[in-house]
Amino acid sequence: MSRETALNAALLLGLLGVALVAMAAAEPFIVTLATKVAILALAGVGLNIALGLGGMVSFGHAAFFGLGGYATGVLASHALNYEPLMETPILIEGTTQMLVIWPVAMALSGVAALAIGALSLRTSGIFFIMITLAFAQMIYYFAISWPAYGGEDGLSIYVRSEFPGLDTLDPIQFFAICFALLCLALLFSAMLARSRFGLALSGARQNEARLRAVGIGPYGVRLIAFVISGMITGLAGALFADLNRFVSPSMLDWHTSGQIIVFVILGGVGRLCGPVAGAGLYILLEHNLGGLTEFWQAPFGLLLLLVVLFAPGGIIGLLARGRRHG
Amino acid sequence: MSLILLIEQVLNGLQLGVMLFLMAAGLTLVFGVMGLINLAHGSLYMVGAFACAAVAAATGSFWLGLAASLAAAAGAGALVEITVIRRLYRRDHLDQVLATFALILIFSESVRWLFGSFPLYLDTPPLLAGAVTLPGGIEYPLYRLAIIVAGLVVATGLFLLIGRTRLGVRIRAGESDREMIAALGVDIDRLYTAVFALGAALAGFAGAMVGAIQSVQVGMGEPVLILAFVVIVIGGVGSIKGALIGAILVGVTDTLGRFLLPIAFGAVMEPSAATAIGASLASMLIYILMALVLVFRPTGLFGAGA
Repeated sequence: MSRETALNAALLLGLLGVALVAMAAAEPFIVTLATKVAILALAGVGLNIALGLGGMVSFGHAAFFGLGGYATGVLASHALNYEPLMETPILIEGTTQMLVIWPVAMALSGVAALAIGALSLRTSGIFFIMITLAFAQMIYYFAISWPAYGGEDGLSIYVRSEFPGLDTLDPIQFFAICFALLCLALLFSAMLARSRFGLALSGARQNEARLRAVGIGPYGVRLIAFVISGMITGLAGALFADLNRFVSPSMLDWHTSGQIIVFVILGGVGRLCGPVAGAGLYILLEHNLGGLTEFWQAPFGLLLLLVVLFAPGGIIGLLARGRRHG
Repeated sequence: MSLILLIEQVLNGLQLGVMLFLMAAGLTLVFGVMGLINLAHGSLYMVGAFACAAVAAATGSFWLGLAASLAAAAGAGALVEITVIRRLYRRDHLDQVLATFALILIFSESVRWLFGSFPLYLDTPPLLAGAVTLPGGIEYPLYRLAIIVAGLVVATGLFLLIGRTRLGVRIRAGESDREMIAALGVDIDRLYTAVFALGAALAGFAGAMVGAIQSVQVGMGEPVLILAFVVIVIGGVGSIKGALIGAILVGVTDTLGRFLLPIAFGAVMEPSAATAIGASLASMLIYILMALVLVFRPTGLFGAGA
């Protein structure tokens, strides 16, 4: 077992351990913090597929995170007032079942990722960064100016969605759901990285000309990876809305995109558990610095700056003392 | 809808466009010359606006405030370039994005700490208060007209600076071959600091001018920054001409879209739905414009290459 694998296992067990100990100590707030880490890490795992494996610097992943959140919010609000979402051509009713909401959230963010990716991937480098950013802002402004689902005020979700056989309002049971999904996504992402598709994607990042030479077009490979990446981040958004029982345009805001990038980079780009370490550190700092000063984002920004300038491999890179992947 | 109202909206669009040009020019200059993507450019705009509002409130003079905004933004820009940005030129875009994102957090929280969370207000200078009557009997606020004129004057000055002066020659040379002009004895570090401070001063100037129409608050730079990105994506990264045309295109499209779309939808559906749909579509209009431009010209209207 390599040092990084051990570190990954320790991170996940640590997160699980924190939640279990907090439950035993009757500290539901800490369980909720751990849940938040799991969900944000899941969003980062999604972005890491595009960013770490594919080398696509998407500054628009808030779009998928927010769309996932709105999928939960909109379906729940229709379930509450018994008004179908759509009657023609097919009847679509609201729901509070996670098992229905998740596929809807993933499909919605997947379709958005397909459209945004198809256009954005015509460009590269700085253009790609700015265009993904601009498309996410487009959806943000749309959400703000669309009054039907709360507009600027957002949408409250009165009941947390249900999962068969579990009580999702119990913090530890909701944590279990989020943690299980995080582990599944990590497993999927590790398998993806080792698959032939993952190799092609890595090839597109490292040397486009060689990938073309072996007969694979980079555009299609990147687009598929971008869609998968968007879908996972969308799923995280659906969970995040359920966690807060609230969804608002701020989930779509470009600060959110920046934060998801921060999780990935703080942890280590392209590292499997980088997003877990990054999200964990972020929440830890937010919680502790936030208790010290109301202006905690300034020291946080300073710390971030130092990591970028002096520790390019992120936390995992620093701890595992390995080189950055690729 | 009257013609006068329409012309007023076109002028408003022009005013927005000119302000966007001041923002986009700095961004595109810094990217063109140094290959650096600077998300913290909106923070410099905010610094300019706050400096103007604070000095104008303390001295009672808008003009001193304006001078302070230029000095504060240029100073902040030079400081940031020397301490942080300088280390990022050779890094990839991802590091640049992240480090400048960190700078936004630092700037926003520091300004919030200094001035508090409540917005400041900046009065228009008495000299430019009131309205003027334009040919055709159109009443238009003098201050907004002055913004358009000032923006166009600065734009002309910038074109002359880049095209006709020694500094401009160096900037253009630095854009095409950094090693060569360093070998010719130009102090490249100082040149970069100067270009960065110039871009910052333009952003600060825009912030101060707009501060008298809107409220001055933390986070005010970010929506403008995103619009400026749209402008340079449409115009082509690194092109000042592209920035000017892109900025006016975006300014006019956005303003006219917000004005005309609800009216257009109102012709075919009931008023409340028309307002809602028109407004949502209008807020997306410039992004749709950008997508269209990119479908046909992936490097923007005047872009040479990404």
